[in-house]
Amino acid sequence: MAKVVERRKLNFWEELYLPAIVDGLGRTFRQMFKPEITLQYPEQRPVIADDYRGAPGLVKDEEGREKCVSCQLCEYICPPKAIVIEPGEVSEETSYDYSGIEKAPQEFYIDMLRCIYCGYCEEICPEQAIFMTGEYELNASTRQELVFDKARLYKLGGTRPGLLKKWKHKDDGLAAEEH
Amino acid sequence: MFDIAASLAKIIILTHTTLILAMYMPWVERKVSAWIQDRVGPNRVGYAGLLQPIADTFKFIFKEDVVPGHVNKTLFVLAPCFAVIPSLFILAVIPFGPAVQVMGQSVDLVIADLGVGILFVFAFSGLAVYGIVFAGWASNSKYPMLGGVRASAQMISYEICLGLSVVGIFMGAESLRMLDIVQQQIDGSWNIFTQPLGFLIFAIAAFAETNRLPFDLPEAETELVAGYHTEYSSIKFTMFFAGEYAAMFVFAALVTVLFLGGWDLPFMDSASFAAMGNWGALLGFAVFLVKSFMFLLLYVWVRFTLPRFRFDQLMNLGWKVLLPLALVNILITGFLNLP
Repeated sequence: MAKVVERRKLNFWEELYLPAIVDGLGRTFRQMFKPEITLQYPEQRPVIADDYRGAPGLVKDEEGREKCVSCQLCEYICPPKAIVIEPGEVSEETSYDYSGIEKAPQEFYIDMLRCIYCGYCEEICPEQAIFMTGEYELNASTRQELVFDKARLYKLGGTRPGLLKKWKHKDDGLAAEEH
Repeated sequence: MFDIAASLAKIIILTHTTLILAMYMPWVERKVSAWIQDRVGPNRVGYAGLLQPIADTFKFIFKEDVVPGHVNKTLFVLAPCFAVIPSLFILAVIPFGPAVQVMGQSVDLVIADLGVGILFVFAFSGLAVYGIVFAGWASNSKYPMLGGVRASAQMISYEICLGLSVVGIFMGAESLRMLDIVQQQIDGSWNIFTQPLGFLIFAIAAFAETNRLPFDLPEAETELVAGYHTEYSSIKFTMFFAGEYAAMFVFAALVTVLFLGGWDLPFMDSASFAAMGNWGALLGFAVFLVKSFMFLLLYVWVRFTLPRFRFDQLMNLGWKVLLPLALVNILITGFLNLP
């Protein structure tokens, strides 16, 4: 059953439309003097929330050690396959007193053109080594420039204090066992 | 010799004023629309974006001028000219200030002081529709065609209302000469007070004649892409653009002259303008420009208040409301002016 909507009969002034038009003009006129809400973008920046999902970056702990152990879980989970990791052994000079760590990434590439900012890499990372940063201004003149290598990813992520350090604790445990 | 020099000077002053206004009107429009929508508007190029029109003009000039292969070349090139020229011709009969004294001679500030001034206006505003119809036809594609058809129907309908709405003014001034109409308003009261209905009809018809919202059906971007100028680019598009804004200014100037007393100020009469000499003429010109600019602002203000009409509503308003009202207005004026 179609519902019949009763249309109210317009009175003379309503049918004239002119009062309504004058009312509308008054509204737009008042609007002219309200403050603008536009953000003047390059000078003013929006507030970026802590959990903002910008470009993913690799982080170091407060002692300056790279946290990634190149388990390649992020490479595996990445839906658009933006991450490519070349795993390798921990080198001599970066060899840590964290005795449990054997692997570190030789190279770590994230193609920012492929990345969809889903945050799965951050979620799956067992080492808290990769985080979505607040970076949202990604532009370059070539596609190659937007494939970030390890150095750029560490620059992007910076250091994050207060993260889980399970290898250090394991190290402590091992030391305790030996004694 | 003197007459030719005086005419040339007047032509140069008035056309340049119009073209500069037509150039800066988009800036005004963008600013006002921004304020209405709580935005800032152009503010990057120059102080408060004041150089934006110049940048836009250069952009338009240096863009590639695409002439699609499927168009009728002659009409396609002719159409933009038809969009600009009639508006500029109408300027010729618009008086824009009190008489100037130059080298002991009195020069009226009107390019062509025609006895049939207002008829000349209607003759040329009737020509303006050709620009749009030619563009619509010559483009040989569907949206411009629809825009052109709409324009012809719309402009022809509203031309009648436009013409009839000013009949009351001639009955009051007993002349078709623009200077007489202004003089009558300086001596008496402005026509907007004696002919409020005529003013309303003229203003609405002016919106329709210049294809401005809420009557911008020929170029309704949500329905017709860009209407009659869909296929145009570069300088040809600029000519349509400039033509539209020039037409807006011309109609604003017409409203000023016909209804708002031209350069008249409430506390001044012809004698006090004459007493100030050429400064009085300059003041008169400034008053004329300010009044015209006020009407131009009304165009912008209305554009960002009212939505677009549907085509049948447009036709109903024109033929069933404005036309009878204009006729009634003539009758009332006739009865009121009975000796």
